[in-house]
Amino acid sequence: MEKKLTCIVCPLGCQLTVQLNGREVVKVEGNTCPRGAEYAKNECTNPQRTVTSTIRCENGGLVSVKTDRPIPKEKMTECMQLINKAVVKRPVAIGDVILSDVFGSNIVATQNKP
Amino acid sequence: MFDVAIIGAGVVGAMVARELAKYQLKIILLEKKNDVAMGASRANSGIVHAGYDCAPGSLKARLNVEGAAMMEEVCKTLGVKFKRNGSLVIGFDEEDRKGIEKLMEKGKANGVEVQFLDQTGVRALEPNIGGNVTCALYAPTGGIVCPYDLTIAALGNAMDNGAELQRNFPVSAIEKIDGGYRISSENGEVKARFVVNCAGLYSDEIAKMVGDDSISVHPRKGEYILLDKECGGLVSNTIFRTPSKMGKGILVSPTVDGNLLLGPTSVDKEDKEDKDTTEGGFAEILSKAKEYVENLHAGKAITSFCGLRAVGNTGDFVITSRSPGFVNAAGIESPGLSASPAIAKYIAEMLKEQGLELVENPAHIATRVSSHHFRDASLEEKNAMIRENPAYGRIICRCEGVTEGEILDAIRRNPGATDLDGVKRRTRAQMGRCQGGFCMPYVTELLAKELGIAYEDVTKCGGESLINVEKTKGGMAQ
Amino acid sequence: MRDLVIIGGGPAGMSAAIAAYEQGVRDILILERDESLGGILQQCIHNGFGLHKFGEELTGPEYAWKYEQKVRELNIETKCNTMVLDITEDKVITATNAQEGIFQLQAKAIILAMGCRERSKGALNIAGSRPAGIFSAGTAQKFVNMKGYLPGKNVVILGSGDIGLIMARRMTLEGAKVHAVCELMPYSGGLARNIEQCLNDFNIPLKLSHTVVQIHGKERLEGVTIAQVDENRRPIDATREFIPCDTLLLSVGLIPENELSKAAKVDLSPITNGAVVDQDRQTSIPGVFACGNVLHVHDLVDFVSEEAEIAGKAAAAYIKGNTGKKVEIPVKTDGKVRYTVPQVITVKKDITLYFRVGSVYKNVRVNVTAGDKVILSRKRPKVAPGEMESVTIKAELLENVESLTVSLEVL
Repeated sequence: MEKKLTCIVCPLGCQLTVQLNGREVVKVEGNTCPRGAEYAKNECTNPQRTVTSTIRCENGGLVSVKTDRPIPKEKMTECMQLINKAVVKRPVAIGDVILSDVFGSNIVATQNKP
Repeated sequence: MFDVAIIGAGVVGAMVARELAKYQLKIILLEKKNDVAMGASRANSGIVHAGYDCAPGSLKARLNVEGAAMMEEVCKTLGVKFKRNGSLVIGFDEEDRKGIEKLMEKGKANGVEVQFLDQTGVRALEPNIGGNVTCALYAPTGGIVCPYDLTIAALGNAMDNGAELQRNFPVSAIEKIDGGYRISSENGEVKARFVVNCAGLYSDEIAKMVGDDSISVHPRKGEYILLDKECGGLVSNTIFRTPSKMGKGILVSPTVDGNLLLGPTSVDKEDKEDKDTTEGGFAEILSKAKEYVENLHAGKAITSFCGLRAVGNTGDFVITSRSPGFVNAAGIESPGLSASPAIAKYIAEMLKEQGLELVENPAHIATRVSSHHFRDASLEEKNAMIRENPAYGRIICRCEGVTEGEILDAIRRNPGATDLDGVKRRTRAQMGRCQGGFCMPYVTELLAKELGIAYEDVTKCGGESLINVEKTKGGMAQ
Repeated sequence: MRDLVIIGGGPAGMSAAIAAYEQGVRDILILERDESLGGILQQCIHNGFGLHKFGEELTGPEYAWKYEQKVRELNIETKCNTMVLDITEDKVITATNAQEGIFQLQAKAIILAMGCRERSKGALNIAGSRPAGIFSAGTAQKFVNMKGYLPGKNVVILGSGDIGLIMARRMTLEGAKVHAVCELMPYSGGLARNIEQCLNDFNIPLKLSHTVVQIHGKERLEGVTIAQVDENRRPIDATREFIPCDTLLLSVGLIPENELSKAAKVDLSPITNGAVVDQDRQTSIPGVFACGNVLHVHDLVDFVSEEAEIAGKAAAAYIKGNTGKKVEIPVKTDGKVRYTVPQVITVKKDITLYFRVGSVYKNVRVNVTAGDKVILSRKRPKVAPGEMESVTIKAELLENVESLTVSLEVL
């Protein structure tokens, strides 16, 4: 079976063609770099996404956050629910872990909030 | 009980309030909407007509000429920008020439200075007018003013002298009571000895509430396009085509703020609330304006909008009183803005004849600090103001260079802005090229803080016009 | 007198400042109108920045922080909450802030790094009413990401620029329903990856060759009528469709913010809406440079930073007196290539020409010709208006060249 994908690893957005044998990836074409091939394999077996959002600060305002590595795509909504419930106390620095072990990633601050 | 209740805070209502506030009277202005100048005074051409085209002998002609003569002084006193930029009525063919000749005669009969220009004369005055122009009527006394700036300033001055403004007060019933009238709305009632009906498009309905069926008003829809300030210099006079029976046609005019205004279309409608712009209207304005002004580009449009003019059925202003102590100012179509200071005097006179005592208020303040006082100040004056109040040093609206201090003034001064559009009309913040793209979140914040309301309760123009619908994070943010 | 004043403390301004510092300039001042450095990156909390420059995927604030740290480390002077009001041809800058009031500075060199703004609804003239609920995508981004408010629950997006696509995902994740993204053109102006991860991931339909023809609603937006457009981009009446919604986001293009450049009488290109520059990003006024989105709108901040380094270095050279113009080679384009940056070459050295095409073309050859001689030719599988292209010309190829033309040959 053949599957067409748009690579999201970098802004090039390569159009990938993946040859599948059942769920097994046999061949990836159209990628410009090895990361594209890896993306294609993941996308066909266990698609993953980085989630970015904001978390409420207890003492006012918001801090922007991200999952420090991609999480399973189907867990994005659940991840957002955890993010929405979370509260952090300022000061927060870039890289501070706000929630740990969220679907295999940590939710980290991407902003300094003094 | 108030001495006078004025229904409708458009330019006529505001001017009447300003006029009456010179005397020792208890005045209230009742406005249906969340802000003043929300009807025809919000969206019209902003022209102070010289007075050459009203039928000689009509009330319109008299009040237009009188009002236009007063306008410069009124604007100066109220700190409103006024420019006597001149008006040109241009013609392209023999029929137009005849029309222009007729206008010349009317103008002379009305006592207005008018000159006939041939093609060379027109082109010398306005090089960007199309080469196929043949002649024009030139009225050097024609001017421009910002209609909502004038309304806000006039009412602000009335309020500075004690007049009250009740917003969100849509009048639903008026009852004759002993010594006056009871005016009711879903938001309460007000009693007044005298009532002035300045309700614009709704002046017929207001009159009916006291049993006066003599007034008929219908909306005439006019769409406009506003071009970037880059285009503001294409013409210096207000340019009209030779008029038809639907009005003065599509004009091209600089505005006092330096933009170029094109419009209006002219379509008679039934619906008094239909302010939709149309695909056809936009195309019509552009194609007609391009017929006589060169170098106009649609791409320079920064906004388009639509106004509804209250057109009467008599061809003249209808300023009448059929119920004692109750005066109608209806059918105040063009040149109503130009005539407004004279209409106010005329109405004050009528009220006096009906028994309203006009005793001068010795503490009356005639002048009002201009909304542009900071903008128009010298560098030294600006720096002095910034030292006094650092908010004048913080620019909120980048496109129009509006400072936090000016926005705070707009919210705090009479009649204070309570929504985003109110701030826009008073300061020009959000009125520039980016149309609020950058400054809307900041202006929202200033309004919330000043009015003591939640950020998500700030509206564009009152009512249900919320900017934000909820907090993120399930309402837990902030 | 200041050596170098940089207008704008976003990615371009900071990068230019650092580059100038590294070339030995010490008297540098960055003027920033917002309360902190970083420019629009502060509200771009999504990831996807820095892959080219740092080899890792960063969010906007993280990317900005890398530069801000460096600016602080080098002790480069910055004034935030400071708006520049005017620049003259003689490099006198007038600015204002709450502490100092309105003040003037004379600069030896100026770098323009003011960024861009979004095209507004006014420029589109959509028929209908003027209710609340119509925002540019960037305004909505500010409300959601910086202020913590959701400007609406049911959203239609007009225009498929990257900010619009990013906001489709952001608003969906924050609980809104995005009903459609309408794009007037038959192709998207955004990056393919963003269509994939911002729309397809959430089953948001991208309606190409569609536009919004009517706005409905008295106070708050109640819906929009959309329609398909024909090849002349005129709406087809039979395809009109009403979509109930309370929010319309516009992502219909970015315009370099060149009001100050105009005040200084810098020559502007009618195509980029930015300054006409040479390979050093020097404008028509010697000592005035421009870089980043104020020069031309970029797809990637990484390239903004790179361009700003060129401007920063060149400004340093100018301050030191290396101002000699050696040649004047205009760079022209054919109809398919809309513009290049730089538009003129004044020194024969290795030069990268950045350009954008006017439409989507597949299987093309980019040719750089001098007279009737092709001096460089590069194949591309696909080019699109939404993706900036570049070719690098070696110095030796510029021998005896009087003018260059960049053209597209469809194979």
